[in-house]
Amino acid sequence: MAPPSSRRTGFSKKAQNSVFTGYLLASIGGLVGVGLLALSLWQPQALAPLRGSAQDVVTPIGEGTAVVRSGSGGFFDGIAAYWNAAQQNSELREEVEIARIRLEEAKSVAAENERLKSLLALAEGEIDPVATTRLVGSSATSSRRFAYLAVVRVDDVKVGMPVRSPRGVVGRILEVARASSRVLLLTDSESVLPVRRAEDNTVAFAEGRGDGFLRIRLINLGLNPLEVGDLFVTSGAGGYYRPGVAVAVLTELTPDGGLARLVAEPSATDFVSVEPIYQPIAVGSAQVPVEVRIDETESTGGGN
Amino acid sequence: MERLAASARSDRYGRRINREQSPWRALSVPYLSIALASAIPFVFLADVMPIAPPLGYLMLLGWRIMRPGLLPLWAGAPLGAFDDLFSGQPFGSAILLWSMTMIVLELIEARFPWRGFWQDWFTAGLAALTYIAVAMVVSGGQITRPMVLAALPQVVLSILLYPFLSQAVAGLDRFRLSRARRVG
Repeated sequence: MAPPSSRRTGFSKKAQNSVFTGYLLASIGGLVGVGLLALSLWQPQALAPLRGSAQDVVTPIGEGTAVVRSGSGGFFDGIAAYWNAAQQNSELREEVEIARIRLEEAKSVAAENERLKSLLALAEGEIDPVATTRLVGSSATSSRRFAYLAVVRVDDVKVGMPVRSPRGVVGRILEVARASSRVLLLTDSESVLPVRRAEDNTVAFAEGRGDGFLRIRLINLGLNPLEVGDLFVTSGAGGYYRPGVAVAVLTELTPDGGLARLVAEPSATDFVSVEPIYQPIAVGSAQVPVEVRIDETESTGGGN
Repeated sequence: MERLAASARSDRYGRRINREQSPWRALSVPYLSIALASAIPFVFLADVMPIAPPLGYLMLLGWRIMRPGLLPLWAGAPLGAFDDLFSGQPFGSAILLWSMTMIVLELIEARFPWRGFWQDWFTAGLAALTYIAVAMVVSGGQITRPMVLAALPQVVLSILLYPFLSQAVAGLDRFRLSRARRVG
């Protein structure tokens, strides 16, 4: 549609002034945007309260859609399960048989672990989750991968806490607002997670690529020992995540590691739990500069 | 006196006798629809790649192109600020990009007063492509090849969505200008 002729200013001083003011205000808006953008790239937490209060308003709606999402996912899975039902049934029965045997073996390993740990006087109890909740939304239009949690008991949730689903690691808490919090998903291009291969101690970093895959980068370079299908679990290094939680399965080999697919896809999970930071002291002391002795700051460095 | 046909008493904005447009509705519908479109993608759970097109931005483009002069030139800044609250981009990116869009579209329009759907679609598609690319640059993450490839479906979807959004804007515009107030 062509612009209406009334928008041509002609000789009217008033109309010319209003057009000029429009351009001036729009330019000022743009400059304010540049300033705020620079501020939030430099100090990402600076405008978090503003975002947080907006999220708090929207998360109740997100909770509704989360319920629908998990419900409809189950519905389609139910339909899909009817394909090849007979063959699936026999395959699954066989798998269950094998799994039972493995379970018994695992029990004996667990018992032996218990015995060895008691010899070393290592105490390790079950970790109680800080909160159990749903993922209610995400940054679906942005190239960054954030998700949003609706958290009721928000007092206990702190920045840096790991978020996991029953299958494995989902991400970690990035910002906490009054009734919601923002999660950095593993697939974000800024996410790095120390992992190890489940069957041995090949350590690596799992970096998000921004397209759903994780890039597994081996720390010890040389001959690439990985194979497609290897499971990677958290190594516990860095102190945020407790060791031994499933992260990703290798799907493709590269010279310095490989590409891996997530074990716990956030969109497929129903509930996630927020766990406390595994070793707060290690996280705190990692933030201490190299020149300072850790025992000097130990009394204050145990935060997040 | 000859009676007029019943259809002559009304037009597409409703009956003409003792009805008039509601100023609140006429002024608020564009802003509310753009703000709502900004907030809708929040509820989608995109864990792998950006799946939802930037709906708020596309809605702004729709209103700007379909109804030039309705949104003031500076409207990009406040609407962009609202979009930044939900988009996951660093705060300020949409304020900047939406303001730039408004200025650039105004300048283009002053030079080439376009008419016709195909030119509009071309303009909107180009704007959406540029917006997604620049938003990726200012997102605060490192740009990698896979990330760019992962954004392609979003770009295609945004371009293909314009015809439907322009229909939606036209419908909203009829709603905006319908004679809702009863006079007397």
